[in-house]
Amino acid sequence: MSIFFVLMLFIIIAAIIAVETRNLLSSVICIGAIGFGASLMFLFLCAPDIAITQIVVEVLGLILLIRATISRDLTFIAGDREFFGVVVSVVIVLVIALVGIEVFETLPDFGTPIFAQVPDAASQTYIREGLQKTGAANLVASVILDFRAYDTLGEATVLFTSIIGATVILRKRPKKLLGEVDE
Amino acid sequence: MKGMTVIVKTIASWVKVLIFLFGIYIIVFGHLTPGGGFAGGVILASSYVLLMLAFGREFVEENLSRTAASRLDCLGAFLFILIAILGLVFGGSFFVNFLYQKYLPGEALNLISAGTIPLSNLAIGLKVAASLFLVIFALSTFRPGKSTDKEE
Repeated sequence: MSIFFVLMLFIIIAAIIAVETRNLLSSVICIGAIGFGASLMFLFLCAPDIAITQIVVEVLGLILLIRATISRDLTFIAGDREFFGVVVSVVIVLVIALVGIEVFETLPDFGTPIFAQVPDAASQTYIREGLQKTGAANLVASVILDFRAYDTLGEATVLFTSIIGATVILRKRPKKLLGEVDE
Repeated sequence: MKGMTVIVKTIASWVKVLIFLFGIYIIVFGHLTPGGGFAGGVILASSYVLLMLAFGREFVEENLSRTAASRLDCLGAFLFILIAILGLVFGGSFFVNFLYQKYLPGEALNLISAGTIPLSNLAIGLKVAASLFLVIFALSTFRPGKSTDKEE
């Protein structure tokens, strides 16, 4: 259990450095450290599927961000923060923390999920009958591709739409020049 | 000079096959071991990113052009929808696992089991790999602040 607190402390320190540092490259590297810490936490929570996805996406995103950072000339941030923005952020964070403490008091303890108390809950059914109903040894695959396949369809649609947007916006030369009008 | 040094190019040409094979393994065994279509697709895309970083953009464009990647992307999405509609036709409802329930029960923990789940994994993996490749390709082509007419 103490490994989680060590990792959580590591992630929080990395997040604070990522926000506070004035060098863009070290900020990006700290964001990568957050991702790898989160991946380790997923691994210790016995969720290897999410850990694999997290680490792979993190590597790809880190490559992209470092590429984008080192090709810029301006890698240092100059100037101070505005006073009003800092005050508003601190007030919002305090309010969310106060409400969050109240909410977390009502949650069940760590490691004792609330659906374990209800025998007919959907997740209990998936765990009990997943192998007989779908034949997949990996229960996560049987949930995301059989029981909840609509969810995966929506995810694929989101990905498809975002790819269309990216390839249209980021193409090299415009199909139509600025002065031209539709016929 | 295109790409990085000779050392990086040599290592990348050895490692790219291993990364690609690992991605295929993660996709194909997605219904048995941790992983699945999304993670495997990202690994496939990252092998192309390695090539792009080591050898430059033009080298990758010769291997897998932008139109081919868009076609693979559309093919993956089409296959996934096709599996869902086949479930509607043969099984009676959208996304039903008709192969496992009717035609090919298979034995659990074998490679050929679980009906449509491995096929869906393949479709999702193809789609994710092609999409992420396209995004990175578009981002590497895009240069802010330059006139678009002067290039090429």
